[in-house]
Amino acid sequence: MTVALERPAIAAANPSKRRRFSHGAVTPYLQSAPLALILGAFLLLPIIMIVVVSFWDYDFAAMYPDLLTTNYSDVLGSWVTWKTYLNTIKFAAIVWALTLFIGFWVAYFLAFHIRTTAMQMVLFLVCTVPFLTSNIIRMISWIPVLGRNGLINSTLVHMGLVPKPIEWLLYSEFAVVLAMVHLYTLFMVTPIFNTLMRIDRSLVEAARDAGASGWQVLWNVIIPLAKPGMAIGTIFVVTLVMADFSTVQVMSGGQSASVALMMKNQMSLLQYPAAAANAVVLLVLVLLMVAGILRIVDIRKEL
Amino acid sequence: MSKAAEIDIVSVSKVYGMTTAVEAISLKIPAGTYCCLLGPSGCGKTSTLRMIAGHESISSGDVRLGNTVVTDLPPAKRGTAMMFQSYALFPHLDLVDNVAFSLKMKGVDKEQRRAKALDMLKLMQMEAYATRRPAQLSGGQQQRVALARALITDPEALLLDEPLSALDPFLKIRMRAELKKLQTSLGITFVHVTHSQEEAMALADLIVVMNDGRIEQAAPPREVFERPATAFVARFMGDHNVISGRVTCERDGMVVFDVNGGGSLAACGRGQEAGASIDIAIRTDHVRIGEPPSPGLGFTGIVSNIEYRGATVKLSITGAGIDDFTVIIDDSDFFARPVALGDAVPLAWDSEDAIVLGRIHS
Repeated sequence: MTVALERPAIAAANPSKRRRFSHGAVTPYLQSAPLALILGAFLLLPIIMIVVVSFWDYDFAAMYPDLLTTNYSDVLGSWVTWKTYLNTIKFAAIVWALTLFIGFWVAYFLAFHIRTTAMQMVLFLVCTVPFLTSNIIRMISWIPVLGRNGLINSTLVHMGLVPKPIEWLLYSEFAVVLAMVHLYTLFMVTPIFNTLMRIDRSLVEAARDAGASGWQVLWNVIIPLAKPGMAIGTIFVVTLVMADFSTVQVMSGGQSASVALMMKNQMSLLQYPAAAANAVVLLVLVLLMVAGILRIVDIRKEL
Repeated sequence: MSKAAEIDIVSVSKVYGMTTAVEAISLKIPAGTYCCLLGPSGCGKTSTLRMIAGHESISSGDVRLGNTVVTDLPPAKRGTAMMFQSYALFPHLDLVDNVAFSLKMKGVDKEQRRAKALDMLKLMQMEAYATRRPAQLSGGQQQRVALARALITDPEALLLDEPLSALDPFLKIRMRAELKKLQTSLGITFVHVTHSQEEAMALADLIVVMNDGRIEQAAPPREVFERPATAFVARFMGDHNVISGRVTCERDGMVVFDVNGGGSLAACGRGQEAGASIDIAIRTDHVRIGEPPSPGLGFTGIVSNIEYRGATVKLSITGAGIDDFTVIIDDSDFFARPVALGDAVPLAWDSEDAIVLGRIHS
């Protein structure tokens, strides 16, 4: 208390001393300039361009600067779009639930059941090993496992458990969800692990002292305190799944649709303004989802 | 409010791998006692407390609380409650839910447990803050909440792990008084771990001085201070000069010994073999400037430092093979006959002030 009270007094006592080290009012702007430039050039500018282009007119060969809302009415008026959005949200929901469940338990195991910090770090790095290869390679490596004559099917047939290979293993929604869970679980593990590591271990002892059983400690102490990490992981996973097109394309064999895949197809037909309008709608939707998550969980403690 | 329980620790040890944190200690804490486990860090006092609480398994030996052997019981079944060093309040719950936590775990319904928690907060004069989160409280307030949370289980013994160490010095003294008052009014057994001898003396009915996983002395504060059992206790409690030497002979009920490389001193005591090593303690405030009443009860040394402390003056004296002998004298005595740095002064004490110390590690 006393320290907090004294601090402004000291600052006020030496105004001249403080001023000598600053260079007027420009300094804070100069200090924030590099990040502002990078964000402006690589985030803000592209988004503005997409928004602008989404109002343009186009035909099979070129785009014409204009201010039309037909792109939006086309996007929102077509039942294909609505179906695609629903399908994408369905993927996001299933993948989110699975990654949250798996991610929490992996993080919990790492944080509470591995005793030495060195071993924790080793195992955590093992979790990141798949990231040494690209997304596409990790995805494609599922094909020899899940395919008609793949590892699983040939094993099952060989053991006589199924009469003929299971068809829905590859090129199906199951395959899409499986690959996405594989790709994105680590994005859930990392923030949850981080929050779990910050939980004071004496809180667990205090709960035990108050007579809590293992599950009660988990439910009443650990999960509430892990919520910010879960929220951050949720934001990662939801935004990644909502914007995914390669996994959906490769793993569904073209039988499933996602919003990003729809945009990619529009772009390959040179319908850039239509794709841009779609992108704006998707961006708004994802931002609404993130805003919803932030309303439920206060993640400021983590940042 | 609730019955107090006697705590009986019977040759309890705690071994971590190759190191022994607590070595076969035995201790009886009578019901309703305020007991302080006192010692430097790493002496095993916290391990001992955690073994009583059930947060640390007991390697060997038994702990009895009242009439039950609690060695293998989980913490909540022992009738003890623990207050943690950093209070360990749940940051995501408000004060009422923090205090009501153990009732919630027992399945008491919401209205009932919140009402009881509010009563407990009232007892701690914290009801005005009931809906706040722990992070919005000061250290002293957090401590009151932690106490309320521990006491809501109606424990027979309250175990406190360095409860005052997180507070600033002024608050420390205030909360200390509150703890003592609380213990007196509740009448339950308190076991309080601390490394501050001042805190232990102010609070305890029974001080247990620990070192290296063993108990050096367990006695009321006055006895620990006036008749320290070992050199460690005398040094740790402070305000004592500890002098080591070798026994030469026994004369008139006094042991005479040679200080290593110095003079010859005497102390009350008997049964010491010639040649055995011996430690004695002399209270710094029981030494006076002047010729000793009989040989061996004083020496002459050079003043190496003088510190004025207001009511008293602290002199550091070197001589007779003793490096740093501290003398505390009243300011009026000092200024009536001042001494200067480098002066040779005769020091003396009474025969009953030279206490022969035991050794437990020999």
